[in-house]
Amino acid sequence: MIEIIETGPLNTVQDLGRPGYRSIGVTASGAMDPLAMEIGNILLGNPQGAAVLEVQTFPFRLCFVKGGAFALTGADCRAKLDGLALPPWWAVEAKAGQVLELFPPLRDARAYVSLAGGVDVAEVMGSRSTSLRGSFGGFSGRTLAAGDGIATGPVEPAHLPKGGFGVVPPAVALRDAFPVDEDGALLIRALPAGEHDLFGSDTDRFWRQPWKISARSDRTGYRLSGDPIHPVEVLEMRSHGVVPGVIQVPPAGEPIVQMSDANTAGGYPKIAGVIEADLWRMGQARIGSTLRFVPATHAEARAIEKALAAYVEDIRITARLVSKALAAMA
Amino acid sequence: MSVLQQPPFPSPVSIVPDTEGLAKISFIGTRAFLLEAPGDFDLPNQRRIWALTRALETHSDVAEIVPGMTNLLVMLKATPDDPDAVVRQLHEEWRRAKGIDLAGRQIEVPVTYGGEHATDLPALCNLSGLSDREVVRIHHEGIYRVFALGSAPGFGYLHGLDPRIHMPRKTVPSLKMARGCVTIGGMQTGVAVLTGPNGWNSIGFAELQMFDPEAATPALMAPGDTVRFRPERIEL
Repeated sequence: MIEIIETGPLNTVQDLGRPGYRSIGVTASGAMDPLAMEIGNILLGNPQGAAVLEVQTFPFRLCFVKGGAFALTGADCRAKLDGLALPPWWAVEAKAGQVLELFPPLRDARAYVSLAGGVDVAEVMGSRSTSLRGSFGGFSGRTLAAGDGIATGPVEPAHLPKGGFGVVPPAVALRDAFPVDEDGALLIRALPAGEHDLFGSDTDRFWRQPWKISARSDRTGYRLSGDPIHPVEVLEMRSHGVVPGVIQVPPAGEPIVQMSDANTAGGYPKIAGVIEADLWRMGQARIGSTLRFVPATHAEARAIEKALAAYVEDIRITARLVSKALAAMA
Repeated sequence: MSVLQQPPFPSPVSIVPDTEGLAKISFIGTRAFLLEAPGDFDLPNQRRIWALTRALETHSDVAEIVPGMTNLLVMLKATPDDPDAVVRQLHEEWRRAKGIDLAGRQIEVPVTYGGEHATDLPALCNLSGLSDREVVRIHHEGIYRVFALGSAPGFGYLHGLDPRIHMPRKTVPSLKMARGCVTIGGMQTGVAVLTGPNGWNSIGFAELQMFDPEAATPALMAPGDTVRFRPERIEL
């Protein structure tokens, strides 16, 4: 059990999302950086899909009403436990009454607080994720507020080293698989989508120019600003299913990348679609930062997915070994 | 998805699939494939989309299928090694898909046409050259079929809009269109289920609960349903 002491707006309970209901118009939701979420859960020995707190506005403070292990992953928000600095990507045991504080990160956008046993809110349509658009799921279908008391699921006694332990963040461990441009722009790989060729000579500008993530960006989608691109003819499309990562171009010519709370259907022309393995990096991209799209293939996407899977598996094995060894000593 | 059965309302005696027309298949990222039916925006084409949905549901590598308006999005569980093979397979399934009909319910939607929520009725009159009364009459005399759900929880895309009152989506969406607005988007019509940004054109208002996440069947409408709009009030 924890209690939220202070929170900015738009922080929510998320898990791996609510797939399977797009055909009735229900957004999948889920963590913007599912990789960070998954690793937080691995460090605690939680089930892979246990619900966590997604913190994207700061400062954020919570109190451990009962003691319990927790993990911090995602953006490094210079966390403190009772005033003592904690490393990022770290799991540790908290005692009853201790206060955890998260501050605005210097880079990356979202931090994840995983709790041993997982956030225990009711499942709605198979998921604990908050659907902000639908006002259901998560904590009463809304964002977190000061005073909220959040229960955690039943837990096995934690076996963490004294002082805790952590992992090398994926952006560091997988630097080769996830490069950054010389000018600091995030490189996001994408495949041309349905109406790509309809943009004629503007496609060149789409792939070449750095796009800035506008302030009108959120969990639903990132609006990009830059030199607008336009199709050679206006097309009134029949509505069709869309997924996170789709890059749509509304008439004004500035692309929108659909994110975790993506609409389930749309009708704007689609110029490209971000590869699955780069979506977590999009989820960590900050408002005001720039990105550049790089054309990719399925084969490249597969290679990056394999690198990611190996990284996660390595952490899973190590965490299990550490826990086993400590349990044997206890 | 509703139960399969014989066509519940007037339809051609036999539906001949268009074996000549090749569907357009494109990628959205690595795992999602969009199949768009060639040809008209009509019920026979949508029946083949429903049939294709049925056929693909049995494939073990398919995670989710989202039928759209004479199109269908297939999401795979994993990024395929050979995307061309997936495309070939989808073409093959499309060629094989014979139209089916879905058992539909009849849904009546009471509407207040005009009034404060009909923000785009004047623009539709200008575009169509019709009077507001004619626009309203044409809209409520129509018999509509739910082709697909999407965009927002329980939102039904309705087919059957009279071409005289087709109207393109807006270039700049309304920022806060109210839940319940009766809208036209291109050749489609529907009832807004959430208050928020909306690029469709509002001509009236309906008070109807379209979605309940706690219900066994959360969405009121399902593909195949027949919808009629009953003018409860006309405020012009």
